[in-house]
Amino acid sequence: MSEARDLIEATTPGAVLEEIEERGELTLVVEKEQLLSVARFLQGPPLSFVLLSDVTCADYPDHPDRFRLAYQLTSIESGTFLRLRVWAGAQNPEVSSVTPVWKTANWLEREVYDLFGVRFTDHPDLCRILMPLDWEGHPLRRDYPIGGEEVEFSHHVLGGGDAMTRRPEA
Amino acid sequence: MATVPGSPDQAATIAEEARTASEAATREQRELTPTERAIAGVEASTPKEALTRTLAAEASAQGPGERGPMVINLGPQHPSTHGVLRLITELDGEVVRDVHPVIGYLHTGIEKQCENKTYWQAVTCVTRCDYLAPFFNIHAYNLAVEKLLGLEVPPRAEYIRVMMCELNRISSHLVWLGTSGLELGAMSVFFYAYREREQVLDLFEMVAGDRMNTRYFWPGGCAEDLPPEFERELRRLLDVLPSRIDEYEGLLSANPIWLERTKGVGVLPPDELINLGVTGPSLRAAGVDLDRRKLAPYSGYEHFDFQIPVGANGDSYDRYLMRIREMRESARILGQAIDGLPEGRHIADDRKVVLPPREELATSMEALIHHFKLVTEGFTVPEGEAYCAVESPRGELGCYVVSDGSPKPMRVHVRDPSFVNLQAVRPLTVGTYLADLIVTVGMLDPVMGGVDR
Repeated sequence: MSEARDLIEATTPGAVLEEIEERGELTLVVEKEQLLSVARFLQGPPLSFVLLSDVTCADYPDHPDRFRLAYQLTSIESGTFLRLRVWAGAQNPEVSSVTPVWKTANWLEREVYDLFGVRFTDHPDLCRILMPLDWEGHPLRRDYPIGGEEVEFSHHVLGGGDAMTRRPEA
Repeated sequence: MATVPGSPDQAATIAEEARTASEAATREQRELTPTERAIAGVEASTPKEALTRTLAAEASAQGPGERGPMVINLGPQHPSTHGVLRLITELDGEVVRDVHPVIGYLHTGIEKQCENKTYWQAVTCVTRCDYLAPFFNIHAYNLAVEKLLGLEVPPRAEYIRVMMCELNRISSHLVWLGTSGLELGAMSVFFYAYREREQVLDLFEMVAGDRMNTRYFWPGGCAEDLPPEFERELRRLLDVLPSRIDEYEGLLSANPIWLERTKGVGVLPPDELINLGVTGPSLRAAGVDLDRRKLAPYSGYEHFDFQIPVGANGDSYDRYLMRIREMRESARILGQAIDGLPEGRHIADDRKVVLPPREELATSMEALIHHFKLVTEGFTVPEGEAYCAVESPRGELGCYVVSDGSPKPMRVHVRDPSFVNLQAVRPLTVGTYLADLIVTVGMLDPVMGGVDR
């Protein structure tokens, strides 16, 4: 068992569901409800993961919990890295926002919300960030068809716009 | 006429995008978020309406000097916003009361595209993220893929990678220097900076065939060995570079206008910057020596002797100084790399992953089969995930690759430092002058291709 897991277990028992060490990268699978308290603990001493490098998501349509979030943490003091993994759930995917701990999560979580549709509880500004505000759907989900972007100004295209603006079937 | 929020005529004037957003918010039974409100506020009014509203607010002001804020939309097409960045600013006279960066105008779905490409095709996509630092994008991506494959990269390939990355750091900083100069009204530095950038791009062209957006790094190493004339040309550049950097410094470092515009502008305490995720020269200017090349050396950076420049004040002037010094350090690394360039292969010799040499295709049936398999199917990568980060000119550039065991990546995510650093614009600039906002954004050096991906 890793040191980080030991320390987390001492403060929030049962928060870490599993520990995976692969290719030199340590991943802790964290229980969804405990994410914020684990984040708070990791950010402060003794572990001091003060820098949240990245928040991102991967979509597993066949998995019962579907959306797998990954938080990359960096400790500048000790030069160690840690990844937290949280499953957001297939229906109404939602996890608590870590913006109270790391402000940098603001845009990173907005990106995950925009592209995957995972909601973050108590996020100060949860809205689309890369796609237009009126965009429908979440493009990085695996069931979202690739291609088929609507062609704007299609009246310039010879033969009318209908064929060009139609979105191909998934 | 100014529109009153919530009145029936608001729906008529409000722009389509903002209207749909507020409809969606009503459907979800929530209020508009601050950013949505800012965008809706700007798009709901024409310049004439905004003026009417401002005049009405001034007329109703109680005491002298009291007035309502004016909402000014900067960008996305604006010469001083460093690319297609849109800043919705709330101004009180010249003072920025609030600012909302709005991004996504350059979103091209690179991450989605990668999921539909084989591993080695995806290199072509990721190189286009941060278009001023293509070598760093593909470096991070290839490190992640190599980690998943467990593939060893030969030392010569590592050295070539380090050299190309450091050259790229110089060319990226030169573009930053030239364009930031333009934004602050210093025209001439642009011509000086682009003169040397041209020389660096010539080297890229000589080595990789492309001047920008190269796909020179492949899983396993580099696409080709260095051409024989590379060493001579690189040394020619390294001979002039220190004196050329002196020239830029001569133009700016003691220039009273430059000092006036950058000193003491855009300061936050280091803890705050780290909390905001700011990395790279912008953080190092505040005195934190965080550099991925030292923190977790990759591609043999531990073999080189170089310094991490660290600032003291954390203002825009220090950010400028950091980048100037980094160029000098990059030149040092380049000198050491070309002196110590090991012999050997430029790419790993693993026929299941790496394309066979071109000349073998005519004589070896086996090579032909491998080539055909790699080009049509690609190679499979064991299941798993990997996050590899490099120190790009703007900070930590990470690539997160998830594999499901097929020849195509299941997920490719680029943690782009421009995207993360741009968040700091709001805390850095609220309460400062509008002119300082332009300086702060310029000195953070966001590249919108990386921000939007």
